[in-house]
Amino acid sequence: MATATVTMKELQSPVEPTWCPGCGDYGILNAVKRAMVQLGLRPHEVFFVSGIGCGSKLPDYIRANGFNSLHGRPVPIAQGFRLAHHDMVVIVVDGDGDNYGIGGNHWLHIMRRNINITHIVQNNMVYGLTKGQYAPTSMKGYVSTTSPEGTIEWPVNPIAIALAAGATFIARGFSGDPKHLADLIVKGIQHKGYALIDVFQPCVIFNRINTYDWFRERIYKLEEDPNYDPHDKAMAWEKAHEWGDRIPIGIFYINEELPTLEEQIPALAEKPLYQQEIPPRVEDLEALKMAFV
Amino acid sequence: MVKNDVNFKLGGEAGQGVESSGMGFARAIARAGLHIFGVQDYMSRIRGGHNWYQVRVSERTLYAHEPKIQLLIAFDERTIEDHLHEIVEGGAIIYDESFKGVDEEAIKMRGVIPMPMPLIKIAEEVGGNKLMMNTAAVAAACGILEFDLSYPESVIRDNFGRRKGSEIAERNIRVAEAAFEEARRRYAHLFDWKLEPIPNAPKRMVINGNQALGFGALAAGCKFVASYPMTPASSLFEFMCAQSKRFGIITRQSEDEMSGILQCIGAAHAGVRAFACTSGGGFSLMAESLSLAGSTETPVVVVLAQRPGPATGLPTRTGQEDMLFALHAGHGEFPRAALAPGTIEQCFYEMARAFNIAEKYQMPVIVFTDNFLANSIRSIDLDAFDFRKVASEIDRGKLILPHENEKIEQALLDGYRRYEFVEDGISLRIPPGHPKAVYSVAGEEHLPEGFIDWEETIENRNRMVQKRMRKLEIAAQNDMRLPESYGHEDAEVTLVCWGSAYGPVREAVDTLNHNGLRANMLHFVDLHPLNWDQVADVLNNCRSWVTVESNFTGQLARWIRMNTGLKAHATIGKYDGRPLNPTYIVEHLQEVLAKV
Repeated sequence: MATATVTMKELQSPVEPTWCPGCGDYGILNAVKRAMVQLGLRPHEVFFVSGIGCGSKLPDYIRANGFNSLHGRPVPIAQGFRLAHHDMVVIVVDGDGDNYGIGGNHWLHIMRRNINITHIVQNNMVYGLTKGQYAPTSMKGYVSTTSPEGTIEWPVNPIAIALAAGATFIARGFSGDPKHLADLIVKGIQHKGYALIDVFQPCVIFNRINTYDWFRERIYKLEEDPNYDPHDKAMAWEKAHEWGDRIPIGIFYINEELPTLEEQIPALAEKPLYQQEIPPRVEDLEALKMAFV
Repeated sequence: MVKNDVNFKLGGEAGQGVESSGMGFARAIARAGLHIFGVQDYMSRIRGGHNWYQVRVSERTLYAHEPKIQLLIAFDERTIEDHLHEIVEGGAIIYDESFKGVDEEAIKMRGVIPMPMPLIKIAEEVGGNKLMMNTAAVAAACGILEFDLSYPESVIRDNFGRRKGSEIAERNIRVAEAAFEEARRRYAHLFDWKLEPIPNAPKRMVINGNQALGFGALAAGCKFVASYPMTPASSLFEFMCAQSKRFGIITRQSEDEMSGILQCIGAAHAGVRAFACTSGGGFSLMAESLSLAGSTETPVVVVLAQRPGPATGLPTRTGQEDMLFALHAGHGEFPRAALAPGTIEQCFYEMARAFNIAEKYQMPVIVFTDNFLANSIRSIDLDAFDFRKVASEIDRGKLILPHENEKIEQALLDGYRRYEFVEDGISLRIPPGHPKAVYSVAGEEHLPEGFIDWEETIENRNRMVQKRMRKLEIAAQNDMRLPESYGHEDAEVTLVCWGSAYGPVREAVDTLNHNGLRANMLHFVDLHPLNWDQVADVLNNCRSWVTVESNFTGQLARWIRMNTGLKAHATIGKYDGRPLNPTYIVEHLQEVLAKV
């Protein structure tokens, strides 16, 4: 990873965000830029892949490489890209509908592969861009246009699922605290393997329950607890289920012991796939032909 | 005596080695310098049921199988019940003498010779394993065909020698020798058909369509494959996985077909040649992503190995039912190309060509095959796959890779716009990674820079749609090929077909001409885009034309009519899941011509 001097200004995109005033996505954008500055990552060294939704517009709002894809589908695109160009820092930015709804299966499987991708999920517990339906993470009883009597489903627990699925870095941030969030993103990028950063991101228009104030009254930072050890899976499992008056943020779990997907692929030992010569040697193809005689 | 012209079938339960025996026998015959065409038929189960493998042998190149057989090799009694009616008079059945339910009188009534053999006994006594019965059966067939056993023996040594140690190979060979001698002594004088090696014949490969596609992908420099297994595409995926280490290719089994094509889109966006393979069900799941590839102008190749639908349909059988679906799959309007190779050789060359078209025009390319083409085997000359030719024809279009600094410096005097409006609609493609080409792309309608077009202006939308669709015109003009004809130049009837129908239709045309009806074939490999005015000219010069396809609705006939306004005089369809064959086509042509 490069350690050039990068300024916030260099990361400024010519495109103005279309987000609502006060949207939690601004905090995430700010935190992502801070993380790139802290790590000295230049625009051409990072590739953002996003889904569809308000937060997934982020690649246009930062000067870096980006791919605004389909609803729920950024994860496999990021995986294919990363395997083809593994000296690029690859960051997925999508929403709760993308990742915990429609793209849930991709998410489940990327976690057990431990590919070196940082995954920021903007979790506002509502469907914003489609104007206010309930999300997979909406709390039970949440009233919305598609749950007029309150949703009768229990919400997805991203932290617990990630633990069960074998993710090797699991964190939760809050877009109202971009400095703390930036620190999580830095650690996520530095982590060797898959890193999930679930981000509480208030939707100021459609979610009138889970507001900035609602989060501020409840959240506390795990790293402030001297007894908390993020290497302890049992402890993480317990904290993953803490919800209500007190909600933890910070790093829930880290496992630095496992090899990444990339490290286990012989074709990537020397140089990135995209730089490798094509076609193969004719002698090798001719030799293979003889196996069919 | 009939020399070197025989059609035989092996049948038995799944797990009895029907396919491996049939394949091994075919390879042995090809090593003797003869041409073979083999087709398999199996059910969607791991054990039990009924599978068969049919091999046709000739001194000339073969393109199809035929329904009538001269020799049936039965690993179980059901094989005899199911296939007795396919055997010609004077033909024979080899089976184990312990089969209790075989009605020898019924067999003889049809003019077929029952040839019970102590296959299991030889397998147990000589080989020490009942499972070697299939070796004994193949060797017994060699005995009555008086085919030099050294060819099957060389195949046995290659198959077992390296893998399990020569002990098993040698035991199989002893079984083969015993069965061969016994069958020759008992029955060879009763059987008219014989196989004789061709001296000094060139070496040939025995290869199926999926393997040929794999060779094409390798030769074209494909470096990334991600797929979810689905019959009949799986063996192509497995071929690529098996070669991944040797050729430095990344192969990933994806969690579903969406992930398969999306990973390929990601890899292609990074500048790597990538493909996914699947069948109709998986292709349905890929539809949305195909549209994304169209919008983002990402060159990705998808092999659609068709099988009959709808839904799970007939999972292990064949059909050509997905043409119109795949040509229209995905929401919105976007450019794509579609190729449908018809022979093993075409599988090789068209697969390689698919990557060139995809990269040259920066769009998805669909390669159609089906279970028949994917799994049927043929003997082909070694030089039929010309790797140097494919290498010399690699065309990556307007691609500059991010580490090609000098080229980028030269090209980017004026900054980089991924979707620059240019005359031919094909913009410079620089995958992410260079400081001078930092950009973001979007499936949403975008600006030349790649950013989402927030203003959604009428002008940008119109120009962007025109830019993308313009590529189809250019491709049709410069790269796409008209259907090729075969047969009589002044034909009374033209059989029009696509993809895997090539072989059966070609042989049907030969038969028709032999019988005195002037016929020819018009075979489509390229389905889209095409210069349809030229296609119309060709069809307008046909006296009458009939499409021959493995589907109910006549999809090629509809596609031609949609694009040219010309209506086929008739359509011969086959939708029972079994491959087309020349006899079927000739018989049905007589029916439809009577109505025209």
